[in-house]
Amino acid sequence: MTPVGRTGTVRPRPAGLRPWWLVAGVLAVAVALVAGIAFGPVSLPPGSVAVELLNLIPGVRMDSGLTEREIAIVTELRLPRVVLGLLVGAMLALAGAAYQGVFRNPLADPHLLGVAAGAGLGVTAVIAGRASTSDVTANLPIGVPLAAFAGALIAVALTWVLGSAGGRARTPATLILAGVAVSAFLSAAQTFLLQRHVDAMREVYSWLLGRLGTAGWHDVLMVLPYAAVTGAIVLSRRRELDVLTVGDEEAASLGLHPQRSRYLLIVAASLATAAAVSVSGLIGFVGIIVPHTLRLLAGPSYRSILPLSVLFGAAFLALTDLLARTVAGQAEIPIGVVTAFLGAPFFVLVLRSTKAVAP
Amino acid sequence: MIVVRDLSVRLDGHLIVDRVDLDVAEGEWVTIIGPNGAGKSTALRAVGGVLPFHGSVRLGGDPVERLPRRERAKIVATVMQSPVVPPGMHVLDYVLLGRTPFIPPLGRESASDLAAVDEVLAALDLADMSGRRLDTLSGGERQRVFLARALAQGPRILLLDEPTSALDIGHQQEVLDLVDRLRTERGLTVLATMHDLTIAGEYAERMVLLAGGRVVAAGTPAEVLTEELLAAHYRVRVRVIDGDHGPLVVPVRR
Repeated sequence: MTPVGRTGTVRPRPAGLRPWWLVAGVLAVAVALVAGIAFGPVSLPPGSVAVELLNLIPGVRMDSGLTEREIAIVTELRLPRVVLGLLVGAMLALAGAAYQGVFRNPLADPHLLGVAAGAGLGVTAVIAGRASTSDVTANLPIGVPLAAFAGALIAVALTWVLGSAGGRARTPATLILAGVAVSAFLSAAQTFLLQRHVDAMREVYSWLLGRLGTAGWHDVLMVLPYAAVTGAIVLSRRRELDVLTVGDEEAASLGLHPQRSRYLLIVAASLATAAAVSVSGLIGFVGIIVPHTLRLLAGPSYRSILPLSVLFGAAFLALTDLLARTVAGQAEIPIGVVTAFLGAPFFVLVLRSTKAVAP
Repeated sequence: MIVVRDLSVRLDGHLIVDRVDLDVAEGEWVTIIGPNGAGKSTALRAVGGVLPFHGSVRLGGDPVERLPRRERAKIVATVMQSPVVPPGMHVLDYVLLGRTPFIPPLGRESASDLAAVDEVLAALDLADMSGRRLDTLSGGERQRVFLARALAQGPRILLLDEPTSALDIGHQQEVLDLVDRLRTERGLTVLATMHDLTIAGEYAERMVLLAGGRVVAAGTPAEVLTEELLAAHYRVRVRVIDGDHGPLVVPVRR
């Protein structure tokens, strides 16, 4: 029975993750997983795919009716790509939501502190270096993913150092401004490199626009530890993000260490973004659109936005990837293009149809 | 309950509070007055432990800087001058923020936290508003919600920074009567800063007049609210008239 207040109205409950939202999120991930595997150049019956996925659970053995070759397509080709899409989507959406809370800025996105520019420069340097003196640097021990990861982290570190330059205290505003400066500088460096190595442009651009194309289990295993650790850190701080919405001084008077919470979240979200970028390139919009849509639909509490961002971010990116590789026949559209193409109009729709606009 | 000795606070290199001594006994209401820039809010924030300071601030015997933050938050609650109103947040969730020091870092609110919030909401006549969005409430209603959040901390000391500056005179009286009632019922110790001298004098048992960061007068409202002291430190001409609950301060055009 629903508790009823004195006036007979339904008694409100504290904000938090509502069970039906959790169920919807898990369902979305399941649908994305099955659909992502079932559809492609060779389409498989979704029911059989679902059975085959259940067969991956130890101790389960059911007949899916798929041939050996079809099972190989499921487990070796499509599953790793879909799982990678789920992981990258979850990390980007979670990092975006965390940044928006930490900076109390609705426009904060996972690439805010220079991650995109740093990763872009790292990748361009490696690809351009390879193209120019192919014999010497072709076998450099540093690959594109590692270059992206390193570039992203160096950029964030630079932003961090510059954010407190001049002996002033590091504040959200100085960090964002430092991020703008670092991004501008690194982007200029990247443009300069590209101008001198026009031959590398095509490969660099295909990376910049984001892709899950070459995904294998190797990529999944590479980002999984980062996803697990950063996800656990950010999710465990969801209540603190709610307290931080009242401002640092009040949060401190309520017993929090606002700076400490903020820095931990920035480090975790940046690490998650760098890891995601290193395997998928630059995929925009997920980190802004997914958390904001959830904020509008499920309320402003980070206790629901953060876990739901993981689930719906994952499902969104996996489904977007499905579209990216199927709508144009054999030719694959860069996934970053599709996220923007779908995400922007969808977001406008949500924005127009909800009354409660909360940044 | 509050013992302040030799309190000095520097902000950005400027000395804002200069060797202030201040005592507030348990259950007492003391109001700090003073012209703009006198250091009232800064002194209050230092007492609340959210600003670094020199000197000593003891709350219930313990040096405030030695109290772990969460323990401090259970002893002293602050209502800031103009608290941030988080967009979209409901009254219930806002008041529940006051239970933050009681909720384990990785845990969630317990039944006793919710019971404490319900009790405070009922005491402040906010129960029917608990499902409303804070950003849709009027100024007077919001001030009651801010107070509710502070009381949800279950504090022994309440720090109020200009609690009535955003309210019309009717709501000013309502909120201050409420604070006074809660002080009596719950044995709260109240330290406030206020601008309206007449209202400040009607509710405070003792007053401290700050000017240029220093204490220039302290005592009962009748001792502090004198035409000479106010003329000297506010650079204003006033007439002070005896009222039922304290001196009435009336500005007079020069």
